[in-house]
Amino acid sequence: MTTNRILRHPVLEVTEKEQVPFYWNKTKMFANQGEVISSALFANNVKIFGHHHKDGSAQGIFCANGQCAKCTVIANSIPVKACMTRVTENMIVESVEGLPTLPDVDGKPDISDIEQVETDVLIIGGGPAGLSAAIQLEAHGIPSILVDDKDELGGKLVLQTHKFFGSVEDSYAGMRGMDIGRMLAAKVAESTCVKVWKESTALYVFNDKKVGVLKNGVYKIVTPKVILNAAGAREKFLRFKGNSLSGVYGAGAFQTLVNRDLVKPTERLFIIGGGNVGIIAGYHALQAGIEVVGLCEAMPKCGGYRVHEDKLKRLGVPVYTSHSIVSANGEESVSSVTIAEIDNTFTPLPGTEKTFDCDTILIAVGLESVSEFTEEAEAAGMTVFSAGDASEIAEASSAMFNGKISGLDIVKHFKPDTEDIPAAWYEKAEILKSHPGPDQAIRTPDMETGIFPVVHCKQEIPCNPCSTVCPEGSLTMDGDPIKGRPVFEGKCKGCMKCLAICPGLAITLVDYRKDPENPVVFLPYEIGNVDVAKGDTIACVDVDGNPLGESTVLGARPTKDSNNTWIIRTQVPAAIAKKVVAFTIQEKAVSEPTTEKIPLDHIRDDEVICLCERVTAGDIRYMVRKGARDMNQIKAVTRAGMGPCGYKTCENLMLQIFRAEQIAQEDIVKNVRRPLYVEVPLGKFANGGQ
Amino acid sequence: MKNFDVIIIGAGSVGVPTAMALAERKVKVLVVDALASPGQGQNKKAIGGIRATHSDKGKISTCQRSIEIFSTWEETHGDDIGWIQNGYSFPAYTDEDAKKLQDLMVIQKSFNLNIDWLSADEYQEIVPGINMTNLKGATYSPGDGSASPLLAVNAFYFKSLQYGAEYRFNEKVTRIDINGNDDITVTTDKETYTAAKVINAAGNHAAAIGAMAGLDLPVEPDSHEGAITEPVQRFFGPMIVDLRPSEDPATEDSANYYFYQNNEGQVIFCLTPKYLIKGTASEATSIFLPQVAKRMVSLFPKLANIKVRRTWRGQYPMTPDGFPIVGAAKEYPNFINAVGMCGQGYMLGPGLGELLTRMVTYELTEKDEDVLKHFNPYRDFTGVEHFK
Repeated sequence: MTTNRILRHPVLEVTEKEQVPFYWNKTKMFANQGEVISSALFANNVKIFGHHHKDGSAQGIFCANGQCAKCTVIANSIPVKACMTRVTENMIVESVEGLPTLPDVDGKPDISDIEQVETDVLIIGGGPAGLSAAIQLEAHGIPSILVDDKDELGGKLVLQTHKFFGSVEDSYAGMRGMDIGRMLAAKVAESTCVKVWKESTALYVFNDKKVGVLKNGVYKIVTPKVILNAAGAREKFLRFKGNSLSGVYGAGAFQTLVNRDLVKPTERLFIIGGGNVGIIAGYHALQAGIEVVGLCEAMPKCGGYRVHEDKLKRLGVPVYTSHSIVSANGEESVSSVTIAEIDNTFTPLPGTEKTFDCDTILIAVGLESVSEFTEEAEAAGMTVFSAGDASEIAEASSAMFNGKISGLDIVKHFKPDTEDIPAAWYEKAEILKSHPGPDQAIRTPDMETGIFPVVHCKQEIPCNPCSTVCPEGSLTMDGDPIKGRPVFEGKCKGCMKCLAICPGLAITLVDYRKDPENPVVFLPYEIGNVDVAKGDTIACVDVDGNPLGESTVLGARPTKDSNNTWIIRTQVPAAIAKKVVAFTIQEKAVSEPTTEKIPLDHIRDDEVICLCERVTAGDIRYMVRKGARDMNQIKAVTRAGMGPCGYKTCENLMLQIFRAEQIAQEDIVKNVRRPLYVEVPLGKFANGGQ
Repeated sequence: MKNFDVIIIGAGSVGVPTAMALAERKVKVLVVDALASPGQGQNKKAIGGIRATHSDKGKISTCQRSIEIFSTWEETHGDDIGWIQNGYSFPAYTDEDAKKLQDLMVIQKSFNLNIDWLSADEYQEIVPGINMTNLKGATYSPGDGSASPLLAVNAFYFKSLQYGAEYRFNEKVTRIDINGNDDITVTTDKETYTAAKVINAAGNHAAAIGAMAGLDLPVEPDSHEGAITEPVQRFFGPMIVDLRPSEDPATEDSANYYFYQNNEGQVIFCLTPKYLIKGTASEATSIFLPQVAKRMVSLFPKLANIKVRRTWRGQYPMTPDGFPIVGAAKEYPNFINAVGMCGQGYMLGPGLGELLTRMVTYELTEKDEDVLKHFNPYRDFTGVEHFK
């Protein structure tokens, strides 16, 4: 049967699904009922879906989000995106080798008019922002349509197995992202005013103030009075030698495979980018039983929350700051990664190269807003609002809060008499968006008696659940009630609520009552797929992951909220009791570099800029050096940006080359954006019926 | 003030190949364009069809030369401009249309054009899967072809740079001063230039440029939308022009449409609205795709499964009779108009560029004079183009 399924997960429920037979290049395989082709193939250990018609390069998963076409396969004779097409019984799936052949069709084509739909509000995107806005529109009776391209609402929330930061009052901090997503989705599903169109993709906001939407495979033209763009963000890509090998993809795609479809796409993973997205992907990987070889970040410090980063380091994943990827190595697929230390001009320092065996490299180097629907609507002269990442990249907690504000802004647009939004909300919205502050010393209580929490939280971040949950009121935020740092002062009765709710797993409890020389320490633990039981020896580490020595587990039990966070009880010498935060679970050997020497003299022009049309950095640089400043001209000559994804990936990389060639920003003319957002079969526009 | 032999206004379908032809003859030429790079006006909106099979001697002869240039480009200069000799075809679904096309074919044949009538069955062989119901047959001109307007205009541009042509992009012409036989002064929003001769190749903006010289040029743009699909294996041969106006009440706003599969394997198509949409607005509307899709899928059902990648909207700078305006202004013999290409600037461009060069260098042949009669700016514009 299948080999790459996740059979055990500490947070996600693993259920047995009905098995659906299908054929991959004539081999019979099985998919889970309702599963998309790409996940079924990955589960069956098929990771190369074909070869590009231009240069024969291996094609496979890249965005897993319907945005590119790298995962195209032939399903029952028709070229489709594997990540968006479900396996049906006995489906004949074939790899695309070169250009696909258009199938013959029998009989008369289906032709009918396209339905026109009117609504007050069209919400594009059912993630945290869109759902939060929808709840407000429903509450005020504004007829709306919410479109989302997935079959489950919640956007990227439903892929987040970790507990959320933010504030308890405003954004459900302390709950797991997936649970928040499902809760919001359930609320919206009960709506009567807000209609939900799932598996529906907005294709363009046309200049005649109409929006083309492919609703579950049927094209509709929607005329809204107001648009809310809550379409989220897309991941930025990176240029390096081997960046188009099979096995190089984004953290979003990884989360989809692992946390939505419970597929284990890799055995050994390396992560590029130390923002929250990259760090969390590493954490999710450990929960899925994947070895995380390492994570590198070009800046001297990770951009993600320190508690997130520390969490990963403590589990045994090395984080290489001031390091960048030099190359992904391998023939068709990744077999190793080479990183090197970089100087402050991002130039690799010779002699610092390290190569690690891995089969997958995740790119998590930042997000950019999906702003095109806003731009199109503005160009058409429509009233348009935007919320969440589509408006500004920030945490989901912020997206929820500003989605709520946008929802109320729209309510006010239709019903000017409704109450004003309190000014304090806007201030709060800013706080929820705020970036982490500088590192500060951990404030450890001086006492060595009784029981009390130690908060290993080094940074100001917008996160306050511990202060909300303490029944004694002994944890208070120093400074801002949301982003201040928690301070313990007062009584502790050892209820463990703070320990259980802290999204950073940064609170331990130390109990001196039985043996002041060897106090008992309570540690939070969430990698339940790696068993820890009474009597086990654990390798204790401090907040940064530095070893503190071994100890014996006295007990392990889930927290009272049964939210899959466990409490591990151990006993350590008093000298380290307040320092122990966690214990390492990943063997050191996992992250040892290989002895293989990959030289630094990488061929720069092997870097692929346009993955769709296989345009290299050299092709772009050649045009820039010939005087081209208009990206439209570079596109015309090289085809960079002419592929199915529609410059979603290459535009940033091209701008980087301009920068590297020292071309002034104001001299660069950007690509003109045109419909469609994603490719759609011509026949869909000819037939508005089912 | 910089002085040139010739200033061309417009770096598009006509301006760029003209600059190339002039510079090759060592004429000192400057091209000025308001946009950022060559072909960014209507050139890049062209779908790329190139045919000699028109209905008048002027366009036939000009495009015959264009085809020579396009088809030998790669061989001569080394760069691929996507040329394929895939031919043009006009299928007929009524006896009336068949007769019209066949009558026209007689005229076309008289110009020695390679065009023939295919029976429905013969046509099916080059367009497998075409709707055979009521298909009467089709004209087929295998010598016609297509190339990428994007690649071609850039190939011409880089070649013209090699020959010494100069370009000023992002410069908008704001003023033209003509004083007798003195050099003409062209002022832009950035600089002022002079030249012995000026060629107005401003496409959509031809009338506005003409007005700066005090000319009233009957050129008015109207909109057409186009689109391109994903690439697939070649599955049909020629450009297909469906001349029938739509009878479907839902798509009655469309006249003809046409499409072909380019060198990359992508299908490119374009629709002519029945009621002209005047002006230069280039934003996409929701009307186009449903309109054209119904028609294309009915004609060629196989197209239902090909994915549409991108759409756009561009203009045909139209003249009242559908023929271009090429020639010097009566009042100002050094101000030459090459305007009103009526959506055919791309295929006319290379041939026209050489013709304009001969005009500038006073080397017009008898044949040229004959061609120019058809493009005479001072004709009465009452003729009718048989098939646009």
